[in-house]
Amino acid sequence: MENVERRRGRRSDKSASLPDKHAEVIVDHVDKRGQLLLSVKDIEICYETKDEVVKAVNGVSFDLNYGETIGLVGETGAGKTTIARSILRILPTPPAKFMSGEIYFDGQDLCTMNDEEMRHIRGNRISMVFQDPMTALNPVKRVGWQISEGFRYHEGVSQSVADKKAHKMLELVGISGDRFREYPHQFSGGMKQRVILAMALACNPDLLIADEPTSALDVTIQAQILELIAELQQKKNTAMIMITHDFGVVAKTCNNVGVVYAGEIIEYGTVNQVFERPMHPYTQGLFDAIPSMSSDVDRLSPILGAPPDPTKLPQGCKFQKRCKHFDTHCREEIPTYKMADGHQCKCKLYASEAVLENEPQTVPE
Amino acid sequence: MAVLLEVNHLKKYFSTPKGQLHAVDDVSFKIEEGTTMGVVGESGCGKSTLGRTLIHLLESTDGQIIYRGKDITKLDKRALGKMRHKMQIIFQDPNSSLDPRKTIESTIREPMKISKRYTKDEISKRVDEIMELVGIDRRMRRAYPHELDGGRRQRVGIARALAMSPEFIVCDEPVSALDVSIQAQILNLLQDLQEERKLTYLFVTHDMSVVRHLSDNICVMYLGQMTEISPSKEIFQTPLHPYTQILLSAIPSTDLNDQKARIVTKGEITSPINPKPGCRFAARCAYYRPECEAPQQLEELLPNHFVACCRAREINAISAPTLV
Repeated sequence: MENVERRRGRRSDKSASLPDKHAEVIVDHVDKRGQLLLSVKDIEICYETKDEVVKAVNGVSFDLNYGETIGLVGETGAGKTTIARSILRILPTPPAKFMSGEIYFDGQDLCTMNDEEMRHIRGNRISMVFQDPMTALNPVKRVGWQISEGFRYHEGVSQSVADKKAHKMLELVGISGDRFREYPHQFSGGMKQRVILAMALACNPDLLIADEPTSALDVTIQAQILELIAELQQKKNTAMIMITHDFGVVAKTCNNVGVVYAGEIIEYGTVNQVFERPMHPYTQGLFDAIPSMSSDVDRLSPILGAPPDPTKLPQGCKFQKRCKHFDTHCREEIPTYKMADGHQCKCKLYASEAVLENEPQTVPE
Repeated sequence: MAVLLEVNHLKKYFSTPKGQLHAVDDVSFKIEEGTTMGVVGESGCGKSTLGRTLIHLLESTDGQIIYRGKDITKLDKRALGKMRHKMQIIFQDPNSSLDPRKTIESTIREPMKISKRYTKDEISKRVDEIMELVGIDRRMRRAYPHELDGGRRQRVGIARALAMSPEFIVCDEPVSALDVSIQAQILNLLQDLQEERKLTYLFVTHDMSVVRHLSDNICVMYLGQMTEISPSKEIFQTPLHPYTQILLSAIPSTDLNDQKARIVTKGEITSPINPKPGCRFAARCAYYRPECEAPQQLEELLPNHFVACCRAREINAISAPTLV
């Protein structure tokens, strides 16, 4: 993230052109539930090095309403984190390069905003929680200070007001206010992640991006953190993008889910739709590969092969080399087929069932 | 089936400036030949330390490790050296457990070279055989770890563990660092190898679904103590120890029809340094009574199902065995 400029005392009026965020926001959340908050349109991102070009995100589109949660599921290297960071524009550029597409947040295209405008968005209207709580906190600053920083910067309040608010946030995430003046190393992994949640939700963001927020934590602590996130989401009506490789976490936290493979969303639908009828062969493969807690199989069914080299992506379907339904049509560009109930899939097998065929490179309705 | 490994009151303590860290505290169990014993628990419960102590990577503080009738804790260095090849380990992180400056061939060859049991030709032949066995293309002999993906690296780790034709392998979270689809490949491989070579595994993991799939028996650890041991399927259907019940309820389920409420546990884990005697889970347990502060023993409540909890009978409504 860029360095946050520190300001003491009241913010000057030169920011008068930007709306007074805090006053409006609470009312907005409640009124706007169900309205469109985020619209990612056909984004393409690559990483350029001097030898090669890594095509990380290849035409991703999805929408998110206020208060809803979308899960982005996929394996390592699928592009989920790149997508998330591109929304906040915190990809290192270079080597990352935003090739095309738009990201509309509350009606404004984030890609056309300047640095000053983006700084007012980050930590304020869109927040992010990263995977590794061990490294996300500043080790030489007390945790209370780190939470109050957001209030001071975005709301322009004084140190003492910011501290009071930070105290409240700590309590909200289940940490005793007594620990306000402690340092990150004095907290366990789960507690650190709570502090990070407090920081992320301090300014009541409309959108929280959670990038594998519990992967580094034990299962009982994971359960506590997921519950806390759900509780806070309910209270503050925050929309969320949950990035994970764990279908169990998706089942517990998400309304909709997109399956990411080689930089594309190859399947998208409500959690019920995707879990009950996984359409894309890759999604089916993922579900088959998971050892089940309830049933017993003799052998697991892995997906043979490995994800394609992102510097040498094949033409057409990116899953073709591993798919048992492969035929020559798979080498052509695959559109996103949309079923009557809204379930979407990027696979030729569903061409006849689809009600609405979207040409590749355009936005689904 | 014969018992391959018997562990009696095993202890492993570490000295820290703050006091003795009880990593493994009075643990006892048996593993039969050709079976898999799963060890589950969260971070810091001592499962990895247990695995390493069993194969003598770490020296135990007290207790017995009886391998095929011989107590290996009492063996001198030379005698132990003769036994070591039978007990191997597969590490969790395929990225850090392979020497980045050694080719695959070199990594697999190393244990055989050091043991001086094989001629050069034999070694070469064995490397070929093992690579084929674990599913690595022979053309990769001269490849370096950084040229391989996580799944292949882990296969190299497995190949290295097999190099000396061991009988017993400690699998320390062998698939945790891998993606779900690769995980399945590796688990199948481990299963096949066990069947073909009658291997015995100690499978250490925090992932309950993985351990269920591969294990015959499972034991649950909490802060160095063994809280429950049971046949694999049974522990999922009838978990008897309060901690096991909490652990199972915390796992997010992929079954949409099975979104049960989590059993709430308060607080965080207590310290393993200079712990008080008695059940270490007591501080967080909903069923705590003063009796829990006495040392708990593993008791067989159901056939082959052992629990270290003085209130387990009561909690699970199991009647005491009637005296005949």
